[in-house]
Amino acid sequence: MKRKERNYNLILGGCLAALMIAFMVVGLFYTPYDPDAMSGPSKFAGPSLQHLFGCDHFGRDIFSRVLTGSGTTFFVAVSTIVIGGGIGTLAGAFTGYFGGWLDEILMRINDAVASFPSILLALVFISILGPGKYNVILALGVIFIPSFARIVRSEFISNKEKDYVKSARLMGASHVRIMFVHILPNVVPTLLSAIAIGFNNAVLAEAGMSYLGIGVQPPDASLGRMLAESQTYLSRAPWCAVFPGLTVILLVLGFGLLSDGLQKGRGSVSCWR
Amino acid sequence: MSDTVVLEVRHMNSFYKDPGQKRQQVLKDVSFVVHQGEILGLVGESGCGKSTLSKAILGFVKDYEGEIIHHTKNPQMVFQDPFSSLNPGKKIGWILEEPLRHNSRAGKAERRQQVENMIERVGLTRDYLERYPRELSGGQRQRVSIAISLIQGSRFIIADEPVSALDVTIQKQIMELMISLQEEMGLSYLFISHDLNVIYQMCDRVIVMKDGQIVEEGEIEEVYSHPKHPYTKQLLESSMEW
Repeated sequence: MKRKERNYNLILGGCLAALMIAFMVVGLFYTPYDPDAMSGPSKFAGPSLQHLFGCDHFGRDIFSRVLTGSGTTFFVAVSTIVIGGGIGTLAGAFTGYFGGWLDEILMRINDAVASFPSILLALVFISILGPGKYNVILALGVIFIPSFARIVRSEFISNKEKDYVKSARLMGASHVRIMFVHILPNVVPTLLSAIAIGFNNAVLAEAGMSYLGIGVQPPDASLGRMLAESQTYLSRAPWCAVFPGLTVILLVLGFGLLSDGLQKGRGSVSCWR
Repeated sequence: MSDTVVLEVRHMNSFYKDPGQKRQQVLKDVSFVVHQGEILGLVGESGCGKSTLSKAILGFVKDYEGEIIHHTKNPQMVFQDPFSSLNPGKKIGWILEEPLRHNSRAGKAERRQQVENMIERVGLTRDYLERYPRELSGGQRQRVSIAISLIQGSRFIIADEPVSALDVTIQKQIMELMISLQEEMGLSYLFISHDLNVIYQMCDRVIVMKDGQIVEEGEIEEVYSHPKHPYTKQLLESSMEW
């Protein structure tokens, strides 16, 4: 047997992603300071033992704000994936399995949605719905449907031709059961790496939208907003921008590596034929 | 072999439409019957319509003219490729139990009992129920496929090249298993193959197909010793080395 190569992407990405998730979860429950509490004296205080990441232009503790901001980002990203991945998987499963006119109609709608740049589409949604956390989730969720639908659809198309699906028909399984009990579990490995990439894109999209001011609204902390607010003071207090930026980078890097690792690992976990 | 018929195929025509190409006729006026307790062989080169015929009989292809009449419930199939016919993500026990979940009112324990009986009947042990298909060899998988086809109590089984993906020694074991099950349970097979040796060892009667048409049909000894159609002669000559 071939010796298994170590999947460094998976290990490193997994650790980094786990670390960042832990960071965000902590942010939901605990912060060293009130993230919104302003304080005159500590305005633009540099990183120190009291304020690990320093303080911003209102004297708010940046570490606490990064913690809650990551929490917000995490919530938005996960909700986006749940909406986009959920509806996308359903749409991909039905269109891939049944094909025909349903496939044709849904995939053309899919193409139409996918042909707009996502930020532009998000802008349209936000200008209709108004800014705010939940509207961002809704907008991003809809934008993410096509990518999931496409991936799941192609997996279903290749799976439905296999004999085990015919065999399941002969066993008396219904179409819905074949789709979700027989085929879907075999699509999960691909879906997982798509989820990791999607999560990344959601984080970046949320940060981008908040940076532009159409995402999460003040006083809620968000990594994108913090970057936008701190750019005025970039030369005076670089820590205001560096730490939120670093958090986004580590987050995206972690999930990117994880997704890569999952894709590579697919072959060795089991021999899918 | 009795006179009871398990399957009738009458004047069946089937067409294949390739976009941009002319409509091609895959099956031309195909008619035959399968009797109860008989192994009917179906020989022909690849592309002669064997697979289309088997798919149509099982209802996977609906685009045909003519009549297909089943006189048994639940016709089943043993597939050619044992690597794609078992779901890679499920354990053997789960796969084998699946038909019972849909077609039997038996409780969980009773279903498990049936599954265990069946796996032993095809020559595997109960340990295999906890394994995934990837842990089984081609021959073992084909045994599982046979178990799946039998567990619903079907009496008519289409075997589409069930041994052509296997090593010669394994081929023999699977063929012996199929014959002994057939004798024990009074099954009928439509046994499709391109291998004349395999057909000769398995079948009672044989149908020879060429370009979607039946060119010769008869008792196995008769056809092999006195082939009438030139195509049958040609086929037999080309496999004379046995």
